[in-house]
Amino acid sequence: MMYFAELLVNGALTGLMYSLVALGIVLIYKSSGVPNLAQGAMVMIAAYMVWLFSQVMGIPVIIALVLAVLGMFVLGLATERFLLRRMVGQPIIMVVMLTLGLESLLRGVGPGILGAAPKNIDLHLSMMPIIVGDVFINREYLIGGVVAGLTVFGALLFFRTRIGTKLRAVSDDHVASWSVGISVERAVAISWGLAGISAVAAGAMWGSIQGVDWTLTALLFPAVAVVILGGLDSVPGVFVGGLIVGILGSVIPGYVDPIVGGGTRDVVTSLVILLTIMFRPHGIFGREDIERI
Amino acid sequence: MFYRLSGIKHTRYASARALWPVPTDRRLVQLLLLLGIAAPLLLSELYLTSYMLPWLVWSAAALSLTLLMGMAGQLHFGFAAVLAIGAYTSIHAARAGIPFEIALILAGLAAAVIGAIFGGAALRVKGLYLVMATLAMHYLVQWVIVNVPVISGGAQATLNTPDVRFLFIPIDSDISRYYLALGWAVLVSLLLLNIKRTSLGRALVAVRDKDFAAAVIGVDPVRFKLTAFFAASFLGGVTGAVLVYAYYQAATPEQFGFNVSIQAVAMVLVGGLGSVIGAFLGAGFVLLLPIVLSNLFSALNGIEGFEISTNLIAHIPLMVYGGLIILVLLYEPLGLSKIYDNLRKYFVVWPFRHTQS
Repeated sequence: MMYFAELLVNGALTGLMYSLVALGIVLIYKSSGVPNLAQGAMVMIAAYMVWLFSQVMGIPVIIALVLAVLGMFVLGLATERFLLRRMVGQPIIMVVMLTLGLESLLRGVGPGILGAAPKNIDLHLSMMPIIVGDVFINREYLIGGVVAGLTVFGALLFFRTRIGTKLRAVSDDHVASWSVGISVERAVAISWGLAGISAVAAGAMWGSIQGVDWTLTALLFPAVAVVILGGLDSVPGVFVGGLIVGILGSVIPGYVDPIVGGGTRDVVTSLVILLTIMFRPHGIFGREDIERI
Repeated sequence: MFYRLSGIKHTRYASARALWPVPTDRRLVQLLLLLGIAAPLLLSELYLTSYMLPWLVWSAAALSLTLLMGMAGQLHFGFAAVLAIGAYTSIHAARAGIPFEIALILAGLAAAVIGAIFGGAALRVKGLYLVMATLAMHYLVQWVIVNVPVISGGAQATLNTPDVRFLFIPIDSDISRYYLALGWAVLVSLLLLNIKRTSLGRALVAVRDKDFAAAVIGVDPVRFKLTAFFAASFLGGVTGAVLVYAYYQAATPEQFGFNVSIQAVAMVLVGGLGSVIGAFLGAGFVLLLPIVLSNLFSALNGIEGFEISTNLIAHIPLMVYGGLIILVLLYEPLGLSKIYDNLRKYFVVWPFRHTQS
C-alpha cells in the first residue's frame, strides 16, 4: 500500500512536470494551430541557457533564470517570425515537419556548441527526500510539481488579462480577430514567447533532476501524450492530463516492469495517445474540430 | 534543344499514355538504369556499399512511404516500425529454413497486417492526430521488439542475417547485395509509376484531396485508406528486409529508432510529396548530404585557422539535416522534384524563353 502511495505521489508530481513541457505546446497550438514538436528541444535549449548563465558565467541562479526567460522569449519570437509565419496556409504536414526540422537543428546546435556531456544545474535544492507518514517524496519532484502547478495556474490567470483576452479571441477565429483590430501576428508571436518562458521553467526543473543533455528532448513524447489527453487547446487540460499521464506512467510500470523487464512507461504513454485518439480524439477538455466540406 | 518535342505526335492512346511519352525522358531513364546496372564497374567498393546501396534502399523506403503520404494523403510517423517488422520477420523466417523469396513476401505481409491494424485504428482521425497515433504505434512496436526475446534475441542483441540465396544467386558479396537493392528499388518505382495511372491511384488521390468529396463520388474512403496503409506497409516491410540483408547485414532495435521514422518522412517531404523521382532525390539529399558535409568539415579541420572541436563535428550531421528540412520547406515546399520539374520545363523550350510549352 505504501509502495502504491509512493508511486502515486511521485507519479503525480512527475506528471505535473510533464505538464510544464506540455504547456508550451498548448499555448502555441491554441493561438496558431501549430503543433510545436520542437518544444522538447526548446526545453533543452532553455536548460542549456540556465546552465550557461548560472554555472559557467557564475551569475546567481535567480538572475540566470531571468536571463534565460529573456533569451527563450526572444528565441520563441524569432522562431515564429522567421519560420512559422512563412508557413501560414501550408498543409499541416509541412508545419509538423518544420517543427521537427527545428527540433533536429536545436538538438544539434545546443550539444554541438556547448558540449554533449551531461551537465548539472544547481538550483540549491536539497536532495533529502521528504517523508510523509511512510511515503518517500522526492523533494526536487515536489518543488517541480509545485512550480508546474503555479505556472499552469499563472497561465490560466494570464488568459484573463488584456493580452490574454486577445489571445483567446485569436484562438477562436483569426479573421474575426483581425476585423476587430487585434493583431493576430502579435498574438501568435506572444504565445511563442510564452512557450519559450514555460520551456525555461521546464528546462530548469528537469535539467536539475536529470542533468542537461540532449535526452531532455525526449520529454516531448510524454508531453504529447499530455496534450492529446487533456486537449490540444486547453490549459486546464494540461494540468489534468499531466496528472493522469504521470500517475499511469508511474503506477503501471511500478507493478508491471518487474514482470516484463522494463520500459513499460513508454508503452503506457503510447497507449494513452492511441486510446485517446481512438475514443475521444479532441481530448478531455479540447474543442472538437468541426470540419467544413 | 535538349527536349525535342517537334515531331512527337501520338497517334494512338497507348503511346500517349506511356510512362514516358517524350523520347528524351525515356532515354534519360534508360541511361540512368544502365548506369545503375553498371555501377559496380564504375564505382569503387567503398562508394558502392556505403553510398549507392543505402541510397537505393532508402529510396525504396521513401517510395513506399510516398504511396501512403503523397498519394493517399495519410501521414505516417512510425514507418521505422514497419521497416523493423519486415526486417525481423524476414530474418526469423529465413532462419527457420523458409526460402528467401518467400521470407521477403512474409516480411511484407507481416508488416502489412500490423500496419493496417494500426492504420485502421487511426482511421477515425486525420492530419495531426494521425501523426500522433502513428507515433504511438512506433513506440509500441519498438517496445515489443526490444522486450520480447524471441523477436530481438534479448535486449541489446544483434541478429545477424543468415546466408540466403535469391533466385539461386547467393547473396554473399557486395555486388549481389547491390543488385538486390537495385532490383527492389526499380521494382517499387515501376509499381508506383503505374499505380498513378490506374483507378486505384486515382481513387487514392481523390481520398487525399478530400475524403468526404471522394465518398460523394462513390469512392469509399475507409476502404482506400486501408488499402493504402496495407500496400505501403507491405512495400515497407519488404524494404526493411532488403535493408537488413543488403546493407546492415544484422538487425538491432536501434536501427529502427524514432529518428529513422522522421528521416523517412523527411525524405518524402524534401523530395516532394507523391513524386517518384522526388523519393530518389529526397533520399539522396537527406541521407548523403549530412555525410558529405561532415566529411568536408573533418577534412577542413586539419587546415590552419579553421579548427572545430570533434564534438561539434559529431553534431554537424544533425544540424545540417534539421537545417535542410527547414530550408526546403521554406523555399520550395513542393520539394526537390519541383525544382527538377522547373529545370525540365526550362529546357523543353530552351533557348526560346518565351515560347509556350
